[in-house]
Amino acid sequence: MSRRITINPITRLEGHGNIEIFLDDQGDVQRAFFQVPELRGFETFCLGRPAEEMARITPRICGVCPTAHHMASVKALDDLWQVEPPPVARMLRELAYHAFMCEDHLLHFYYLGGPDFVVGPEAPKGERNILGVIGKVGLEVAGRVIATRRRVRGMLETMMGKVVHPVFGVPGGVSKGMTTAERDEFRKIAGEALELSRFSLQVFRDVVLKDAQNLGLVLDEAYTHRTHYMGLVDADGKVAFYDGQVRVVDPTGRRILQFAARDYVQHVAEHVEPWSYITFPYLKQKGWQGFQDGPDSGVYRVAPLARLNVADGMATVEAQQAHDELFATLGGKPAHQTLAFHWARLVEALQAAERMQQLLADPAITGTEIRRLPKAEPKEGVGVVEAPRGTLIHHYWTDPQGLLTKVNLVVATNHNAAPIAMSVERAAKHMIRNGQVSDGLLNKVEMAFRAYDPCHACATHTLPGRMPLRARIHDGSGRLLATLRQ
Amino acid sequence: MEPHGNGAGTAQSTKAAKTKVAFYWCASCGGCEEAVVDLAEAILPVLDKVEIVLWPVALDYKLEDVRAWRRGEVAVAFVNGSVRSSEQEMWVELLREKCGLVVAFGACAHLGGIPGLANATTRDEILANKYQRSPTVDNPRGVLPQRDTRVDGAELELPELWHSVRPLDQVIDVDYYLPGCAPPPELIGKALLAILAGQLPQKGAVLTTDKSLCETCPRNPTKPAELRVERFRRIATEAPDPTHCFLADGFVCLGPATRGGCGERCIRGNMPCRGCFGPPPGAIDQGTKFLASLGALTAGETEAEAAAVAATMADPLGTLYRFSLPASLLRARRVAKEVHR
Repeated sequence: MSRRITINPITRLEGHGNIEIFLDDQGDVQRAFFQVPELRGFETFCLGRPAEEMARITPRICGVCPTAHHMASVKALDDLWQVEPPPVARMLRELAYHAFMCEDHLLHFYYLGGPDFVVGPEAPKGERNILGVIGKVGLEVAGRVIATRRRVRGMLETMMGKVVHPVFGVPGGVSKGMTTAERDEFRKIAGEALELSRFSLQVFRDVVLKDAQNLGLVLDEAYTHRTHYMGLVDADGKVAFYDGQVRVVDPTGRRILQFAARDYVQHVAEHVEPWSYITFPYLKQKGWQGFQDGPDSGVYRVAPLARLNVADGMATVEAQQAHDELFATLGGKPAHQTLAFHWARLVEALQAAERMQQLLADPAITGTEIRRLPKAEPKEGVGVVEAPRGTLIHHYWTDPQGLLTKVNLVVATNHNAAPIAMSVERAAKHMIRNGQVSDGLLNKVEMAFRAYDPCHACATHTLPGRMPLRARIHDGSGRLLATLRQ
Repeated sequence: MEPHGNGAGTAQSTKAAKTKVAFYWCASCGGCEEAVVDLAEAILPVLDKVEIVLWPVALDYKLEDVRAWRRGEVAVAFVNGSVRSSEQEMWVELLREKCGLVVAFGACAHLGGIPGLANATTRDEILANKYQRSPTVDNPRGVLPQRDTRVDGAELELPELWHSVRPLDQVIDVDYYLPGCAPPPELIGKALLAILAGQLPQKGAVLTTDKSLCETCPRNPTKPAELRVERFRRIATEAPDPTHCFLADGFVCLGPATRGGCGERCIRGNMPCRGCFGPPPGAIDQGTKFLASLGALTAGETEAEAAAVAATMADPLGTLYRFSLPASLLRARRVAKEVHR
């Protein structure tokens, strides 16, 4: 191997990661690795804690998607204490969850992933960011994005006490109800969220679909993997965020599994590699066949495009239209283009906003019966939601006092660990040829993971630390020639 | 190959005389980054005066850019997250060397934070639970992540995880602390403006009020002059009154042992305080501060009765030191630097 390229830190994602690219004597990519260098140990240091505190502790796994951990945790607590929240509590939780889903997806589009398309994948690195986006779309449009995000986040703070690390869900319900004045205000905010979601899809059409270079990137084999997909579906088989059954389809779209979250241990296992702190989940029925795609591999993907691929359709009207447009453009369902995760994310933001409106239209939402107190003795509980970044499972075991004796967390980005590693390697092999390396080309390698909107704080909830991206270039004997950090 | 150490970048560098500011994260969750983004429009006027030269969550500057900074060129680094790995220590030492001021941003950098609860267990336990005992992990050979691995001729390295979690000031010199999990955007905005205006408080200041949370709590009027707790109650199985002092009703609330300025957000969400702002002025340890007030507030007349009341509190360690274990008198099972490695 003649050269080694390291990217440090990888940027515009949540958390740390490391990309190591090894070139052969011709300067082509021989291998590329996506490493995750940290671990925080939540499963271990939560032992002995009162289980109800998990709804306040586990959001610290990820401050970008704290609401996802909060809700998965609270649902695990319902299950643990065998208590069904009253309908009002369920509506309030769902409303908060959909508002969160909408704003989080839009955050990714404008702040994290979108700059690659709006400003350009090979634009100067000082411009490939939200400030560059503001420069490109103008302060008026950007101001609207920022203001709507602020208002949705303000709504979440009113409902959940805090938006970064909510204090809302409790076993059997929520801590606080909604006044009619709040509801009236939230209806306006939901309207703004819907407008912004529609607008953002139009931005995607204008910036990506109508731009030959950008569309070419989306459709490029460099960013394509034919894998299994996993996601929650509701009783009608539609995309579901707050609750549902886990469905898995194969690379042709054929359903091969559908199960209740509590049965996840029968279907999913995690592989360990010595060169990363992240584990690599796979489908048990296929087994771990290494980092490869195709129908015989156990590798599967989660998150927006995966959810659209597994479901029969969207749960709301406008989102369904956007869904149909997506698959018509990409050549049918399932779609395997990794960069289309960005598009699917916006289709989901639209469903989330539509759902916010539906929930707020129901007069029952201001009801006062917001909790059923648990009576049963706690023992074991499983909770599942679709986090923005994929299927999220919390599993707790306790003693009869409800103090934790065992914890297992299968976290959204974790499911995508193998696909992200594969996508980065594939993109590197396509982008870097004959030893030609530039900041723009390396950014195109980073785009392969950015599409997943990975959250390495989530994926490495097991201990503290983070690792940035770094590229080191080695000669054929392994001698370090240069380190490249873009 | 193109030059990559272009430092300040192109979009902003045309305007001279901006104050350069860096944001970095160690062992954290990204919530501190969200809190900065939650400044929303309030950040826009600040951006006229400030040039952000490092912020991995949002900007593409790399380690090489930081290494190219002149010493003192960057006015302030806001560092969130606690420190647990060799790589994190390298980063914070580099930022200390290059930046005029370092602000420990958020509860993890300030006190160790929730990941600091790992100091009550061991690294080996954490590794075994994650990679060997998990019900979903299939690892018959018991593989653990290694510092050095060779795959297809490629040599890969991982940073080493130390035995304990440390807040920032146990690793480098810290000028100020911005408390909270996450810090409220209002406090972030105030701190930014104060630094830009050169209105710097005394070194070592915690950039919030000096009052305790109880003093600013909206439920303070229902807090009796003398608290009498018969037994501690849990949110799991009982519902707190939405207007009463939590402690008066027996729900553990760290208000007496916590610095204020958070906007009482948890209380307004009808949930008790867990202490993310750290101990109030004059107290160095949140747990003992709380226990000192506990002596006065339990209903027990004798020491044994008081102990019986105290015994009804579930998980004192994980509750009273939820955010501050590494900065507390207990700190960690082992804290000597050589043992960190």
